[in-house]
Amino acid sequence: MITAIGASGLGPSVAASLVQLVAVVLGGPLLVGLMAKVRARAEGRTGAPIRQPLLDLRKLVGKECVHAEHSSVVLSVAPFVLVSSAAVAVAITPLVTTSPALRQSADLFVIVYLLLTGSVALALAGLDPGTAFGGMGASRAMTIGALAEPALLVAVLALSVQARTSNLPAIVSATLAHPAWAASPERLCALVALVVVVIAETGRIPVDNPSTHLELTMIHEAMILEYAGPELGLVTLGEAMRLGLLFALVANLFFPWGIATTTGAIPVLIGLVVLGAKTTAIAFAIALLEVSTAKLRLFRVPELLAGGFVLAVLAVVAGLVTR
Amino acid sequence: MSLLLVGLGLGLAAALAGALTSARVRVLAAAVCSSGACVAAFVAAGRVLISGQTSTFRSLALLPFTGVSLSLDPLAALFIATTAVVGLAASCYGVGYAERGPRSRTATAMLPLFLTSLLLVPAAASVATFMVVWELMALTSTLLLLVEHRHRAEARDAAQWYGAMTHVGAAAILLGLVLLASHAGGQTFAVIRLHADRLSPTVRSLGFLLVLVGFTSKAGAVPFHVWLPRAHPEAPSPVSALMSASMVNLGIYGIVRVGDGLLGGGVLWWWLVVVGLGVVSALFGALHAAASSDLKRLLAYSTVDNIGLILIGVGAAGALEVTGHRLLATLSMLAALFQLVNHAAFKGCLFLGAGAVQQATGTRDLDRLGGLVRRLPLTALLFGIGALSISALPPFNGFASEWLLLQGLLHGFADHNAATAIALLAGVAALALTGGLTAAAFVKALGIGFLGQPRTPAAANAGEVAPSMLAGMALLAAPCLLLGVVPGTVVPMLRRAAETGLGVTSPDPLRAGLGLDLASVEGTIEPVLLLAALVAALVLAWCCARVFARRGARRAEAWGCGRELQTARMEYTATSFAEPLQRVFADVLRPDHDLEVTHVAESRYFEQAISYHNRVDDAFERTFYRPVIRLVETWGRFARRAQNGSLHRYLAFGLVALIVVFVVLA
Repeated sequence: MITAIGASGLGPSVAASLVQLVAVVLGGPLLVGLMAKVRARAEGRTGAPIRQPLLDLRKLVGKECVHAEHSSVVLSVAPFVLVSSAAVAVAITPLVTTSPALRQSADLFVIVYLLLTGSVALALAGLDPGTAFGGMGASRAMTIGALAEPALLVAVLALSVQARTSNLPAIVSATLAHPAWAASPERLCALVALVVVVIAETGRIPVDNPSTHLELTMIHEAMILEYAGPELGLVTLGEAMRLGLLFALVANLFFPWGIATTTGAIPVLIGLVVLGAKTTAIAFAIALLEVSTAKLRLFRVPELLAGGFVLAVLAVVAGLVTR
Repeated sequence: MSLLLVGLGLGLAAALAGALTSARVRVLAAAVCSSGACVAAFVAAGRVLISGQTSTFRSLALLPFTGVSLSLDPLAALFIATTAVVGLAASCYGVGYAERGPRSRTATAMLPLFLTSLLLVPAAASVATFMVVWELMALTSTLLLLVEHRHRAEARDAAQWYGAMTHVGAAAILLGLVLLASHAGGQTFAVIRLHADRLSPTVRSLGFLLVLVGFTSKAGAVPFHVWLPRAHPEAPSPVSALMSASMVNLGIYGIVRVGDGLLGGGVLWWWLVVVGLGVVSALFGALHAAASSDLKRLLAYSTVDNIGLILIGVGAAGALEVTGHRLLATLSMLAALFQLVNHAAFKGCLFLGAGAVQQATGTRDLDRLGGLVRRLPLTALLFGIGALSISALPPFNGFASEWLLLQGLLHGFADHNAATAIALLAGVAALALTGGLTAAAFVKALGIGFLGQPRTPAAANAGEVAPSMLAGMALLAAPCLLLGVVPGTVVPMLRRAAETGLGVTSPDPLRAGLGLDLASVEGTIEPVLLLAALVAALVLAWCCARVFARRGARRAEAWGCGRELQTARMEYTATSFAEPLQRVFADVLRPDHDLEVTHVAESRYFEQAISYHNRVDDAFERTFYRPVIRLVETWGRFARRAQNGSLHRYLAFGLVALIVVFVVLA
């Protein structure tokens, strides 16, 4: 299957990857802005324009970089590691087309561990200045990450067992070929588990509140408290890219229709538009979920993630029973 | 084979040099000889791994009655090569370590002897030879544990635990092997292998269970792991590295050699038990590693975790082989062996790094470290490589082998047996949970130990360690990166070792290449290309940042919520970092807290002093080993009453025994 798609040359697939990268670099912040807008409207406010995160990025780039007194080189390297690991993950995942560059290596486990690389870099950066808040954020983020990881990997396994491979383009193509899979019990269980993980990994309510201004309740924001200027911009961009990637991944794993199966200009364009529509829908849904729930206490979050894990295990079991 | 014998000779020469030469040249002479031994053993093993040819050696003169028989096949060669690299690094490191540490004659002579026995165990080809070198390994390592007993009382305690566990294990192995040998009618491995299918199922299962107990106690799998978090921290650092990176592997070697090799695979439930042990060890080890604040104890528990992962792979391979999936079995075994080799590289590097930290600061308590990246930049870099590798981050080697393990488990679901499927699912779940916990544990080790502000004057005034110690660490950090970027280069050798271990031949599970490319199913990673893409993205991001952001960086005080003074005492410590995880997993870890608040005499609203204690003890030790120890002590007191030195009583014992024998015989 993959070899047939792989007949197209290297150039077009690299171009497709770059299209995906640009789409996520611009689209990720827009999704964040959209979710803030939906929230504001639901609460009866006008809210900032959707493109506000992009404007913020431009503002941050022009500012001065400030490093904490006791920080080392780790603090300034981490944002680059975060952004580049996210960029590689975006470039090789089938988002707009099923044949981006390096698609043979676009393994689900590779994507999971690339995202983990970014999280580890940020946690180390949180500990680097040697402050109480940074350590608090890093500790909480790693705890939640450690609990989200099993749910994520087992949900991924459920999809892989069904498709008999963990190669992403192959899973997406197989779903296109077997539309009934999308409604199978293992897919539905895995979908719920993955949504829980996505909420945890992107730091949304009920796991973390992205707009909190109280240090003691922060998770992600506490970890990046020492960042300023362009480096803060890179961190926010990296986080927005990860959000965009995870939304797009959920969309394509469970509802891949519309994705380009070649690297031709027209299908890629269609794929781009469809991807935009799908991720917008997910952003809407999660924003509404955020408005309607309260943030969980930190020590209630493990229960939510354990629920995700159990659902993921159920997904695998369902897959094994029904085959 | 002759080259391996040269290596063993050099090892013995190193021991003699350590024992007999003067204090000035002792350390260097022993290190040079043992490095030579490692190089010779590595070359000998490498040749076997490349050619796949087995060579043997027999000498009747060396050991009375049975003689010594050695055999170097690809499986043994893989373990010997791994040990040789760790041994070379430890020897090199030992030179600098002894400069500022204890340079006792015993330690200098025992280390090469321990190393030689580690190189010999996989080559042993008969029960007698195996048990002799196994005991040599146990005794030399116990002595090495005691080297620093004058400085630390814990070392004595650790040596007692280790000595007891290792001898119970050795007794179980001896019983199991003797049982198999007596029923097979010969004590060489070749004879046992030949007659294995004529043994009754009961004898085979009993023999396997006995050796499984013995070998898992050496490997440090739960519930026989209790010696490991005591012994590995108390041993001198080169010895900790050898124990954690090489000695525990021999437990795995024994399971593969006896279970798959001598007994030809056995029955399904054996391997499900092995997977079960692996799952429990992986989870228990990872949880304790995440909760520990003692650097070496953390590393020791993470060894329990990794041994668990390797056991999951070995068990899956055994189960799939029994059910007839040869290709998948080879894939799983290959993945397990790859994980083992990688674990040797990063755990060796990390233990040597922990030793460097201990030498530079005098402590291994993470709560007293911090800021070492500025004082020991090279140690920090090398330790960092080890920490990122063990957290399985691409493009380091831990990622390559964990990916392969996951693929082995994933495609193992092709087997439709329900029991196997449950075991594999448990394996994946354990792998997933330990992945996140290991990342948390090593972010803690690296972030609390090496980043931030120094928490004590000892950490603030530490200086970089000797170049020979750095060279030892670098020797193990290099494979972490190399095996991660081009894992495909070692796959043919791993495959030969896996096939020898399983005793099957199968079509190649992986296609040739620099990356890992599964042959029968879809699944590929090309770490070289991933690394290239990562570097390209890094360069691109950096260039963008340079172009758009024109203003330089400035240093300022960290945000303290408006507080004026921010000291190192306000930093997060390792204990506080681990607290959320400890609280979430309180049911397994059973932490022991104690909070005492003393109020000012005038008012209860003001506190004078607060003392907080937090201890995480091993649940197995408390619930299983303590009662057993009490039982043994009771029995010992009883035995002492019976043995009061009175000749009359002993004569009475003899008479009663004689009567009992007559009654039984009649």
